[in-house]
Amino acid sequence: MSTHSTRLAARFMVAPSVLVLFIWMIVPLAMTAYFSFRLYRLLSPDRTGWVGFNNYVWFFNSPDFWLALTNTLLLVGGVLVITVVLGILIALLIDQPVKGQGVLRILVIAPFFVMPPVAASIWENLFMHPQNGLFAALARGLGGQPILFLEQHPLPSVIGIVAWEWLPFATLIFVTALQSLSSEQLEAAEMDGAGALSRFRYIILPHMTRAVTVVILIQTIFLLGIFGEIFTTTQGGPGSASTTLPYMIFKQAIVAKDIGRAAAGGIIAVILANIVAYFLMRGIGRHLDA
Amino acid sequence: MGKIQLTKVRKSFGEVDVIPGIDLTIEDGEFVVFVGPSGCGKSTLLRLIAGLEDTTSGVIDIDGKDATNLPPAKRGLAMVFQSYALYPHMTVRKNIAFPLKMAGMDQAEQDKRVARAASVLNLSSYLDRRPGQLSGGQRQRVAIGRAIVREPAAFLFDEPLSNLDAALRVGMRQEISELHQTLKTTMVYVTHDQVEAMTMADKIVVLNAGRIEQVGSPLTLYHEPRNKFVAGFIGSPRMNFIDGAEAAKHGAHTIGIRPEHITVGDGPWEGVVGLSEHLGSDSFIKVEVPGLGTLNVRGPGELGVHHGDRVKLAPAGKIHRFDAEGLAI
Ligand SMILES: Nc1ncnc2c1ncn2[C@@H]1O[C@H](COP(=O)(O)OP(=O)(O)OP(=O)(O)O)[C@@H](O)[C@H]1O
Ligand SMILES: [Mg+2]
Repeated sequence: MSTHSTRLAARFMVAPSVLVLFIWMIVPLAMTAYFSFRLYRLLSPDRTGWVGFNNYVWFFNSPDFWLALTNTLLLVGGVLVITVVLGILIALLIDQPVKGQGVLRILVIAPFFVMPPVAASIWENLFMHPQNGLFAALARGLGGQPILFLEQHPLPSVIGIVAWEWLPFATLIFVTALQSLSSEQLEAAEMDGAGALSRFRYIILPHMTRAVTVVILIQTIFLLGIFGEIFTTTQGGPGSASTTLPYMIFKQAIVAKDIGRAAAGGIIAVILANIVAYFLMRGIGRHLDA
Repeated sequence: MGKIQLTKVRKSFGEVDVIPGIDLTIEDGEFVVFVGPSGCGKSTLLRLIAGLEDTTSGVIDIDGKDATNLPPAKRGLAMVFQSYALYPHMTVRKNIAFPLKMAGMDQAEQDKRVARAASVLNLSSYLDRRPGQLSGGQRQRVAIGRAIVREPAAFLFDEPLSNLDAALRVGMRQEISELHQTLKTTMVYVTHDQVEAMTMADKIVVLNAGRIEQVGSPLTLYHEPRNKFVAGFIGSPRMNFIDGAEAAKHGAHTIGIRPEHITVGDGPWEGVVGLSEHLGSDSFIKVEVPGLGTLNVRGPGELGVHHGDRVKLAPAGKIHRFDAEGLAI
């Protein structure tokens, strides 16, 4: 159907939107790049002049930077593992025909509608709080000491909160994938002697690879920029224990009021995102093709 | 060995009795076809035998052993689905080998069996393709291949040819018949295509609303239908049924005459031709006869009769007689 002339016409038609999208992307990126090479401190009078790579060098020399980089990757990776594994398990469960399936599904996706700072506050004050939290009450009930989640395990706590928020999204995608699996395939496998585990391993899981890929790609995009949950709960601390790259940029821009350094951090974050995207597409991108 | 015996098998979905109670024996090595109108419970009955549905009550024996509560895998049966139900992410080879792998068979034996099945079914050159890269007929053969490698006690087919075009259907029909002659394994085959039923079956089971109307060889059903339903269901075009005075002459409530048992030319009945279809080998005409209704007539190909002609008809063959309940007299 794609004759030469229709392809040409198609190119003409998409050209304006491609152009707009390109400008939309390139202007902020170019401005960030521009500021990243400038001295631009809001709190000091000298805010002019080129400084070369000084802003970048500051980042690379800062001990916090490598910690923030590791934290960012740990956060993304940890949330992905939890949401994919639990998401598949929950999807398998709520795909079973049970009474009140509709209500059950709404309950499962509900956390997705809670705004990040609200979710983080709920977890901080109602669950993880060392005096009033549910976990502390449980620990005391079992005769133990309350765990100081945000003080002693700040990053795992943040990972837990973010995973709780994103679990519904993963579950939702996995449920729709499960529903598109023909029941005859499962019945055929059953007749072929596959038990429940084999059916999961050989029929259900391969059927879901594309859904898993989509979940990983979409979540990675959003998780690389997680900020609100950290700001609400740990503020990147204690010390810098739960500081991520976006949080470090925030500290430079808003706390230290150094726009130049923040811009350099922004460019580093963009490069990091592209590296991650490159490896993701190489690793699992082929599952997106039919 | 594949003798299957159903005793008072009943199945209901909630309130609805889909199968109110069936007794049926399928002998070892037999080719049994279930036919019946849509929704009469053919698939349900097959799935009960397969173990994909639980019986509400009754007993299913396979090879003399009670299999009523056995899971599908333990019954030693293989099923071919209407949609083929191939595993899309596996190659043809892996699809066919899947039941063997699940049975924990060693790799060499698996390869041997897959190769043998592939050569029987002409699939050898497609073994490394995926189901998505095959034609409908080839997919059908893969599904059959996956069934035969297990060397099951019996094969269950649920309308396996209904997704194929007419020419391919004839070819596959013959292939399945030949397969049955080679393997001599029991086959239970569901269809609503009566040509398939007549040509393939050793024994046809006619179902209606979950009940067995008649069990018998194809020709028994054709020549001696037990009631009006079977008489009308077997045979194409449909048997003509005539009530009233004409039936009373034969001492019956209703009489039935097959279209091929009416001759055009001279005779006691006269009417106007409505529809006429000329197939070359045969001619099908519908004749409006006052007092009798519309009669289907099957004549020779060179029958030169057209819409609007007046023709005379005569019964020339067996007249089936039915009482008020529709049972054959
Ligand atoms: N899971 C189910 N729940 C409720 N009713 C069902 C279920 N499966 C089948 N039925 C009903 O049982 C009856 C028999 O269905 P079945 O699929 O056996 O028909 P069939 O003879 O195979 O028809 P077809 O020729 O159209 O495939 C139908 O009336 C159907 O609506
Ligand atoms: Mg059916």
